[in-house]
Amino acid sequence: MDEKKKEYFHIIRERYCKGCNICVAFCPKQVLVLKNGKVFPERPQLCIGCRACELRCPDFAIEVHLKGEQPEEGRDSDSVDYTLPPEAMHG
Amino acid sequence: MAKTVKLMQGNEACTIGALAAGLEFYAGYPITPSTEIAELCAEELPKVGGKFIQMEDEIGSIAACIGASLTGKKAMTATSGPGFSLMQESIGYASLCEVPVVIIDVQRMGPSTGMPTSLAQGDVMQARWGTHGDHPVIALAPGNVRECFDLTIRAFDLAETYRVPVIVLSDETIGHMREKVVLPDPSEIRSVRRAAPSSPAGYKPYAAEEDGGVPLMAPFGEGYRWHVTGLFHNEAGRPTNSGEVADKLLRRLSRKIEKNADELADYAAESLEDCEIAVVSFGSSAMSGLSAVRRARKEGVKAGMLRLKTIWPFPEKAVAELAKRATRVIVPEMNLGQIALEVERVVAGACPVQRLGKVNGELFRPEEVYAAIMSAARGDDAAGAGRAAGEAR
Amino acid sequence: MSDILRYFRQDMLPHIWCPGCGHGTVTGALVRAIDKLGLSKNKVCIVSGIGCSSRAVGYLDFDTVHTTHGRAIAFATGIKLARPELTVIVMTGDGDCAAIGGNHFIHAARRNIGITTIVMNNNIYGMTSGQYSPMTPKGMYGTTAPYGNVERSFDLCELAKASGATYVGRATSYHVPLLIDLIHSALQNKGFSVVEAISQCPTYMGRKNKIGGAVEMLEWIKDGTVNVKAAAALGSEKTKGKILIGELHNAPESEYTADYDELIDRVQRKYDKFQGGLYGCASNSD
Repeated sequence: MDEKKKEYFHIIRERYCKGCNICVAFCPKQVLVLKNGKVFPERPQLCIGCRACELRCPDFAIEVHLKGEQPEEGRDSDSVDYTLPPEAMHG
Repeated sequence: MAKTVKLMQGNEACTIGALAAGLEFYAGYPITPSTEIAELCAEELPKVGGKFIQMEDEIGSIAACIGASLTGKKAMTATSGPGFSLMQESIGYASLCEVPVVIIDVQRMGPSTGMPTSLAQGDVMQARWGTHGDHPVIALAPGNVRECFDLTIRAFDLAETYRVPVIVLSDETIGHMREKVVLPDPSEIRSVRRAAPSSPAGYKPYAAEEDGGVPLMAPFGEGYRWHVTGLFHNEAGRPTNSGEVADKLLRRLSRKIEKNADELADYAAESLEDCEIAVVSFGSSAMSGLSAVRRARKEGVKAGMLRLKTIWPFPEKAVAELAKRATRVIVPEMNLGQIALEVERVVAGACPVQRLGKVNGELFRPEEVYAAIMSAARGDDAAGAGRAAGEAR
Repeated sequence: MSDILRYFRQDMLPHIWCPGCGHGTVTGALVRAIDKLGLSKNKVCIVSGIGCSSRAVGYLDFDTVHTTHGRAIAFATGIKLARPELTVIVMTGDGDCAAIGGNHFIHAARRNIGITTIVMNNNIYGMTSGQYSPMTPKGMYGTTAPYGNVERSFDLCELAKASGATYVGRATSYHVPLLIDLIHSALQNKGFSVVEAISQCPTYMGRKNKIGGAVEMLEWIKDGTVNVKAAAALGSEKTKGKILIGELHNAPESEYTADYDELIDRVQRKYDKFQGGLYGCASNSD
């Protein structure tokens, strides 16, 4: 990657998320918040891709991907995993 | 075909029968009076590329057998009362999860440690109801050394056919005695293997037609990636808390046996056609019973012998049939009346049923059964005579 | 699509575990270790007993067996011995493995049979709502230890090592990269491998002992552990009372089912002139 800072986006599976707050609490850059009981990447631009959230998530509800690494599916940085029924759409 | 004539021990014949049926895995734990089965399996299985393991206890033994069976192998264990008690929970697991496995229970005097080298037949009800909850199970009872061979083969065939645990209810006498045995040529033995699916696509491990159907069973390690759980489960094997699904599953499991009761019923009958005094027995007790019947017949008494080779499901038709003509049914068994309970249920008052129970560890002598037959012939009342013959000590 | 979701039976998700329970994290670590090793899903068999942890196998897209309480390792022994080419993994809990399953655990270790056992240790019986277990630290509370647990608890890793396990490691649901590495190594050990994964149970352990929710419990786990490599340098006063994590034992020895296959070859060579056929076999009773 060029010296431009790497950017990441998050796939959230709302149906799986139980709002346990582990990812939000341990994110070193406070990227994540809970929004009506589900994780939401409030400040995705701060994400450094450490994947602490993805590895510690007990419900496989969040995934971090490098921009460009995978075709972006979402309108903006917080894309949605379309393999799941609509209620997983968020924001 | 080359016949083989050998002097063989009952326990040994069980092992040879298992090998003839294609035994590939044995897991067991030493316990009198079954240990010869384990010892011979340890010796013979490696020769045919099979696996033998002595587990840390009987609970581990039945668990290992079920595990091996899930990979597609024919698996067996052998034990006696105390070990059979430890195996019950996982026998129920094999029953609910429909995993074929053969358990040889060489009965001994119980309960508890009891008299380990003494004869008894007290595990009859345990073979049926030892584990909790309604569940299908098949139990066969060899009456001589050759039948240890035949019925162990049949046990494997039934386990594979119906995906059910099958118990061979042997006993200390049948297991330890030696007899001349004429064995068929191995090529004559057609052993059954469980029906397997052809491809993983859409495979449902517990899908079978409603009325006692037997689902196809895939082996582990072949890409089916199916789930086996001791929880009630749906056709895909997924755990369920639905009462409706549970009800449907348990009724299908029970129907597997009920529906095939006639095919499963197996017994040896002698002079029952005009029989008035019928002796119903199984296993070692039936040897003395038959001898007594033949002696009484010679003396003009219309006695007859029904020896049960299938214990569960109980051969109701055969017992009900003989009760039509009989004036009395005598049930000699080395317990206090476990088969007699079933006989009484089926006979349902058509004629008196006389329990002839022995719990002193010594096999009936023929004259003990003969005395009961003759007193019945004289018309003594059933209850009185029974006490005299059975507990003559 | 996520690289690990393909290892799950997604029709079964979301799973049954409480919000913040560590068992999902440990399950994710196992799946990531399997993915890292590139094992074929068709040749992995995962066996579990009874308890919260043991529900894991129902969600995993392998050949899976959810067995009777405490007997997973015995079932797995049968599977591994019958088909040694399969990778056999056991997922069990502290109660399932160290209490009712203890006998099978020590004997499988003694045999050094090729099974990798993941013990999801949340120090409590979660499924039956909060009783203490053989791993509950002395003095802590459970529904059956309302006045504090009077029993000393096992050091499961020492027990595994003493029984003969040839790979032993411990990590936690906080130290996930370490947990993945240990499982990755454990799966490559030919013999009996044990990975203890300390895992938080906020619903019972956390509440009963006033540790707090999932986040506070993870902090508690982090503070209560020290990596075995760092421990040496830190000196005893810093590591006193702390639980060691990391690779604790790695001494490969010949594996049970391989030894048995050798036995079969030896016997079959010796008996290659075995004309006795089925009935000619030596009868040991004379």
